[in-house]
Parts: sequence; C-alpha cells; structure tokens
Amino acid sequence: MRRIVRALAVAAALAAGAAQAQTAEISFYYPVAVGGPITKIIDGLAADFQKENPGIKVTPIYAGTYQETIVKALTAHKSGSPPVTSVLLSTDMFTLIDEDAVIAVSDLANSAEDQAWLKGFYPAFMYNSQTGGKVWGVPFQRSTIVLYWNKEAFKEAGLDPNRPPATWAEMVEYAQKLTKRDAAGNVTQWGVQVPSSGFPYWLFQGFTTQNGVELMNPAGTETYFDKPEVVEALQFWVDLSRKHRVMAPGVIEWGTTPRDFFERKTAMMWTTTGNLTNVRNNAKFDFGVAMLPANKRRGSPTGGGNFYIFKKSTPEQQQAALKFIRWITAPQRAAQWGIDTGYVAVTPAAWETPVMKKHVEGFPAAAVARDQLQYAVAELSTHENQRVTKALNDGLQAALTGAKAPADALRDAQREAERILRPFRR
Amino acid sequence: MTTRFSAGIHGWLLLLPAAALLAAFTHFPAVATLVQSFRSSPKPNRPAAFVGLDNYRTLVEDPVFWQSAWNNVWYALGTIPLSIALALAMALAVNRGLRGRAFLRMAYFTPTVLPMIAVANIWLFFFTPQYGLLEQVTGLFGAPSHNWLGSPSTALACVIAVAVWKEAGFFMIFYLAALQQIPPVYAEAAAIEGASRWTYFRRIVFPLLMPTTLFVLVNAVINSFRLVDHIFVMTRGGPDNATSLVLFYLYEVGFKFWDTAYAAALTMVLLVVLGGIAIAQFGLLERRIHYR
Repeated sequence: MRRIVRALAVAAALAAGAAQAQTAEISFYYPVAVGGPITKIIDGLAADFQKENPGIKVTPIYAGTYQETIVKALTAHKSGSPPVTSVLLSTDMFTLIDEDAVIAVSDLANSAEDQAWLKGFYPAFMYNSQTGGKVWGVPFQRSTIVLYWNKEAFKEAGLDPNRPPATWAEMVEYAQKLTKRDAAGNVTQWGVQVPSSGFPYWLFQGFTTQNGVELMNPAGTETYFDKPEVVEALQFWVDLSRKHRVMAPGVIEWGTTPRDFFERKTAMMWTTTGNLTNVRNNAKFDFGVAMLPANKRRGSPTGGGNFYIFKKSTPEQQQAALKFIRWITAPQRAAQWGIDTGYVAVTPAAWETPVMKKHVEGFPAAAVARDQLQYAVAELSTHENQRVTKALNDGLQAALTGAKAPADALRDAQREAERILRPFRR
Repeated sequence: MTTRFSAGIHGWLLLLPAAALLAAFTHFPAVATLVQSFRSSPKPNRPAAFVGLDNYRTLVEDPVFWQSAWNNVWYALGTIPLSIALALAMALAVNRGLRGRAFLRMAYFTPTVLPMIAVANIWLFFFTPQYGLLEQVTGLFGAPSHNWLGSPSTALACVIAVAVWKEAGFFMIFYLAALQQIPPVYAEAAAIEGASRWTYFRRIVFPLLMPTTLFVLVNAVINSFRLVDHIFVMTRGGPDNATSLVLFYLYEVGFKFWDTAYAAALTMVLLVVLGGIAIAQFGLLERRIHYR
C-alpha cells in the first residue's frame, strides 16, 4: 500500500514537473476603469486564449483603478516580482522607462510578421506608445474626447437638432441659445459643460489642439504651457463661464458630468468616448455624438491604456506575453472589445470586420471617435509625468476658479514644469 | 541572584513576541523612514545618495506642502470639536428611554459602518450643483445655485462635513457606553437637591465623561490627519490644492511622483507633529481628568 502511494506521489511530481516545463504562466495586471461586466469579458478572453494555446496560462489580476494598478506594478517591480504584462495608461510610458521597469515591445517583436502587426495600429494611438525609435506600449483600450448633445434641447432652442457646433464660435452661439434661466435669473440648463476636476489637462488639450498648438515635445523633455496660443485656449475655456455665461462657474466634476447631461442640466458635454454605452443606456432623450468643434483646426488628445511587458520576467514569459497581446489585438477581438466597452477599436482592420460594420450601421455614433482620430494628437506625457501634469492641473483649476489670470496660471505651471524637467535635458 | 536573573529572562521572553512585532512594524519603519529622508530617491541609473537636509529644504520651499499643512489645520479645527460635540449630543439623545431608541442608535451609527469610498460617492451627488440634495434644499429657499466642491472657498468645508458625519456616530458609541456607566443615584441625588438638568450635566455628567472625552479627542486628532479617503473620490485635492491635506499630498509625492525620499521627509514631519500632539494631550489633560 505504502509503495503504491509513493509511486503515485512520484508520478504526480513528475507530471507536475512536465506540465511546468510546458506551461508559461503570464500574470496580467488589469485596471478596471469603466463600469459594466468588464472583468467577465477579460476572464473570457484569457480562457479562450488558453484554449487555443495550451502551453500558456494567462492569469488576470484585477488591480483597481489605473492609478492603483501602476502603484502595485511598480511596487512589485521594485521588490523584484512584477507582473509579466499589464495594461497601464499610455502616458505612463516615460515613468515606466525611467524606472527601468519595461522592455521595448519592438525589441521583442523581431519577426517581419510582428513588425507588420505593430504598424497596423492607428498612428494617433502610436504617438503615446513610442519614443526614441522604439515601441514601448501596444494600444488596447483607447479613447478620445467627443461632444455629446441633446437633440431635444436643440429643438426647443430653435436649433437644427442634427447639426452639432463645428467651430468654437458656433459652440458659444449655440450654448447661448441653449442656456435657460428662470424668473429669478438662476440657470436651469447650461449650454455646455467641459469637466475640470481630477485631470483637467486632458480636456484642456482639446482646446489647445484646436488652437493649433502642442503642449510638449515627443521626447517628453519640454513643455510649452506659456505659449500665447495655449493662453488663448485657456482664456476661451474660462470665458465660457465668465464672459459668455454658458457653462457653470468653478471646477466641474468629471464623474457627475454624464449625470448632469441625463438630468438635462447641460445641453452639451465634452467627455470620453468610453461613456458612449453609459449615455446610450441612460439618456431618456435623443442624443448625438460629434467631433469636438474646431478653431484653427479640429483636434482631441487620445487617452486610455496600453499593454506593457515587464523587464524582470523570463524571455519565455515575455514571448508568451507578446503572443497574448498579438492575439487580443487581432481585428476580430479588437472589434468585439470596442463594441462591448465603447473604447475605440485600435486598428483600421478591426473596423473592416463584418461584426464591426454591422455595429456601426445600427449605431453610427460609434464611428465618430474613429473618424476624429485623423485629427488626434498625443496625450500630454513627459518624464516625471504625474508631477508635470499636476503643475498644469493646478494652474488650470486656479484659472477656472478665478484665483489667477490664465496667463499667470500658465506661466507658473510652465516654470514648475521647467524645474522638474531640467535634469532630463542633459 | 540566579532566580532573579532567570525571572528577568523569563519576563523578557514573555515580552518578546509583542516587542518583536512592535519593533518590526513600528520602530524599524520609523527609523528607516528617518534614514531615507536624508537620502535622495533611488532611480535605476542613479542610486540613493546621502543629501543631508536637502529634502527638508525642498519641503520648506514647497508651497503645496504649506497649503496642505494649513488646510490640515483648518480640517482639524473643523472636524475635532464638531464631531465630538455632535457625538455627545447624539449619545445624550439616545441615552434616554424614548421610543424607537434602538433604531435611532443604529441610524446614528450607520455612517461608521459604511466604507469611506462608498460614502464619498454618495456625498459627491449630494453636493452636485443644481439637482444635488443640498441644492434642492437651498433651492427651496430661493438661494442661487452654488458649485460646492468646485469653488476653493467651499470645497474644504464640504470635505469637513463628510468627515464629521462619518466620525460622530463612532464617537457616540463611546459616549453612550460611558453614560450607561454613570450610576442613576447621582441623578436622583441631584434631583433631590434641586439641581437643574444643566447643572447636573455640567457638574456631574461631563466630568465623569472626561476619560472618554480624552480618548475620543486623541482619536479625533489622529483621524484629522488620517481620514483622507473621501478626498480621493470627491476632489482629488482640488480645486487648485484647496482640499489637499498632508497625508493626501504625501501619497501623491510617494506613489504618483515616486519621490520616495521627499515622501519620507513629509512622513517624518507628520510623525513629529502627531507625536508632539499626543504627548501634549496625555501630559496636560491627563492630570485634570478624574478616573474612577
């Protein structure tokens, strides 16, 4: 009896050893940034991948918000056991490189086939994914800012419900007609709402891009916060509430903005395409989705998350992770992911799949963000990214609350950014 | 001699598990933080080096730190007296034999049980301009709409209100327990002597509650530096740092900017301030308190 037990134990140990030799395990940190049953979708994708690739086991680890996920990933990296791959903000690229935490995807993807795959993404999504001639992140869940408008409110105000504002001047003109006041002069419906809590720099980049100016250089070592065009853009944003009185004064909360739209407290709003499914499910009125209005040009920053591969993992794991990322960004799955979540499918090929074509036919609003990509620019991202964006965020909020004039606020932000970035220019 | 010696060993051995835990999780981190605060933040191509008082010099010149510190002073001055007074009032209210007492006690205690992040999400909608709960009430009186969390003048008061609401119920439980300990004979004697209810409260109940008040006060002070969770949800320190508290700023420096050395210096400042307050509280107040 004892001998049988021992034999079984040996057999089990051998089997386990053999299995281990075959299976590469990939730990995969995933931030849950939007509502809905997103973890179920990711679990399903991981299981499907494993079915097709029995030698690789993908273990998704849900790590909280983007911020919490990068904290966990970098802490794990510093203690020597980071995940093999993780979805993190595209703007965290410089931070991850400076911490020597990630490996360039273009170095791993050696074959001609791999290189062709990396060229298959929308260029707008690649701006935030490459620096110094190397690709560091693979676009996965990406977004841009779009304008949502309430068609019923447009009708009530005597505007064409199917014609969104195309320029800054039109947006102000429409918003003036859409702003409703009661007998006491209190506003019951604002014309437009551009949220400014938390990460106002992202929305601000909409204004600056439209005003024909970039906020930083591609190397992430310089910022241009105090350029006259940037000041003009901020002046316009501030004027929406102070001069034209078509937007609520003070800092507008990002999280409650869609709700303000549903409650008809604002007739137009700027927010991420990621809210599309949310608006579709909750708006009790006919609504439209449009590209942001233009001034000198159209424009919006991109946003959202990329795949990164961590350095402190074995070459086998890194290759397995690359295989997984290639698999999950394949046209068919990128299309389905976009349909399920509202993120912009990351390759032109994904938009050519039958399932996506059918989706766009039934819901044309889904294609607006894609069409805007040709005007899109990189999201603000520099070395010491969070510190630099905080300097800008503080300045923007100071201007929007009236504590500083736009020119002063931006000059202060630029001075602070200069101080932070000086060591990186050597 | 040998027995005394072995008794000493015995004592130390008994103390060892607790002392080891305390040293490993409290004293060692504190000393390590102190050492780290005199070094630069390690980067892959630039290991940590001794920089002396550089991090503290940065701190003195950092306007965001000073604003956070002042905000924290106001936050403490707002939350401590308000939450204690409210807790005492609630405890006195539910200590009497009124109908639905259990329900009231539960209602007062509920905020304590709720997670702070959930609470903050609820309050976020209370403060929403135009259709939020607060606005609906002020709107009834014809007050104009106000952007509560979006103006630097009111944002801090709003996060103070949430902290008070959250804490008062917790402190009430301690007061309630203490009130139940007061023998009813005092109330009877006071009634016979013809003392008013106010005199009875001021001369008898309140002094008897002093040990509880000290305990609650210490907790309230600690919480006024520690309770920052709702800020992450409600304002993220904005607008323009108007609601940034020291611990919130410390998190930003440590885990968003990854400037661990500067974060260590901030931690030391927080540690010294809190230690100082604790010594003052126990040293000064304890002498004036009557323990039974």
